[in-house]
Amino acid sequence: MATPTPLPTKIAIALTVNGVSKQLELAPWTTLLDALRDHLDLTGTKKGCDHGQCGACTVLVDGRRVNACLVLAVMKDGATVTTIEGLARNGALHPLQQAFIDHDAFQCGYCTPGQICSAAGLIAEGRAKTPDEIRELMSGNVCRCAAYPNIIAAIQQAMAAMGSRP
Amino acid sequence: MINFEYARPSNVAEAVRQIAADPRAKFIAGGTNLVDLMKKDVERPPRLIDISRLPLKSVTEAPDGGLRIGALVPNTDLAYHPLVEQRYPMLSSAILAGASQQLRNMASTGGNLLQRTRCYYFYDVASPCNKREPGSGCSALGGFNRQHAILGASDACVATHPSDMCVALAALEAKVHVVGPGGERTIAFADFHRLPGSQPQRDTNLQPAEIITAIELPARGFARNYTYLKIRDRLSYAFALVSVAVGLELENGAIKEARVALGGVAHKPWREENAEAALRGQAAGDDSFSRAADLLLRNAKGLSHNAFKIDLAHRAVVRAFWQAARATPQSQSNKAIR
Repeated sequence: MATPTPLPTKIAIALTVNGVSKQLELAPWTTLLDALRDHLDLTGTKKGCDHGQCGACTVLVDGRRVNACLVLAVMKDGATVTTIEGLARNGALHPLQQAFIDHDAFQCGYCTPGQICSAAGLIAEGRAKTPDEIRELMSGNVCRCAAYPNIIAAIQQAMAAMGSRP
Repeated sequence: MINFEYARPSNVAEAVRQIAADPRAKFIAGGTNLVDLMKKDVERPPRLIDISRLPLKSVTEAPDGGLRIGALVPNTDLAYHPLVEQRYPMLSSAILAGASQQLRNMASTGGNLLQRTRCYYFYDVASPCNKREPGSGCSALGGFNRQHAILGASDACVATHPSDMCVALAALEAKVHVVGPGGERTIAFADFHRLPGSQPQRDTNLQPAEIITAIELPARGFARNYTYLKIRDRLSYAFALVSVAVGLELENGAIKEARVALGGVAHKPWREENAEAALRGQAAGDDSFSRAADLLLRNAKGLSHNAFKIDLAHRAVVRAFWQAARATPQSQSNKAIR
């Protein structure tokens, strides 16, 4: 009888998550999304489709928005990750969080952490100036409740508050 | 997802050695397509070779006025690169017409070329598919084939190549630089992707253990008269039913040089030398544009659900020529087609 192939060993990686250094030992097939939710108990980042189609898992890796469900965590050894839990500062909501509340930019709220992280990436990119451009560059975040008009309004408010709008 | 081993080679030669030693292994860079396919059980590599940290991330000017793009430049960085925006706006536009900003942030230039078809039956491991399992049959031929090929298909496969970026690269006549166990070689873009024929499991003419290292753009960029017009079922974040990349060089209203490539209609970006040749020296206008569209689509053949794409492609081609000729390229944020 053939010897069963041993499982690949876990791999040690380091991540800076929301400003805190984390050491993890992960199987290579662990996605960044599962690492955040199941290994670091950061369940703010949501698993929607798990196939990169809905945007609910959007986080910032080294400042850029990505779909955490399609990222293998071991490939990001050494990276800096920001999730929805890391946006508030000293107890004060991030301007996007406040704007989403002000504009009632959600109903069920499941897509909201991804929407807000994606919008934070959008503002950092500095490419969207008009509502059309915001809509286009936010198209990777699906809202099944269709709160889109309020989401756009909230992002515009946050852009103005953060001084990134002409 | 299946279990697999993970390796991270430190240079291109080592990456080639590792994959040559383990033919079932796969390279991974952005992972946007491969990780998805692995979750669907369509791809089952026992080992992933992580090439994402290899030094292939620069965009450099070539002595002949062209551009050399490292295979690991993220799609976003390429679309927004000042030299690409300025000299190859057709390429910027095509990249921004595809996927979402999150995916473009992750996806690499080389990986964009190697992404696999989005045919639903290819993704559904319960269905026969000659591309996924050679000899098992094609479920799309008698199934739902709205998004499938109207050109260059075979009895074995009617899948389309999903990339937008590649349609512009075809029109720009890019070259693909690869390295394999036998050394380096360069592949003309038209020869990179394959038609399905009797071997639809092969998407490209890459040889085993070859790695893409760079894409080279020639100096000719069609920066003034160009467009990328993409028609899809929703306004954003959807694969093309039909897309058209056009580049023109005009002189006193006459066409000096013309390029046109179609996406969403075949197993590879579709070009016809005859269509482009027929435009040279002609006046820009409905007659010449429509004749070129006829030539591009002369062998088009519809399936049960996609015959509408033949007319759609014809109209999109004529419209795209006008957008290019008038120097009013399609906006990728305001989706009104003018």
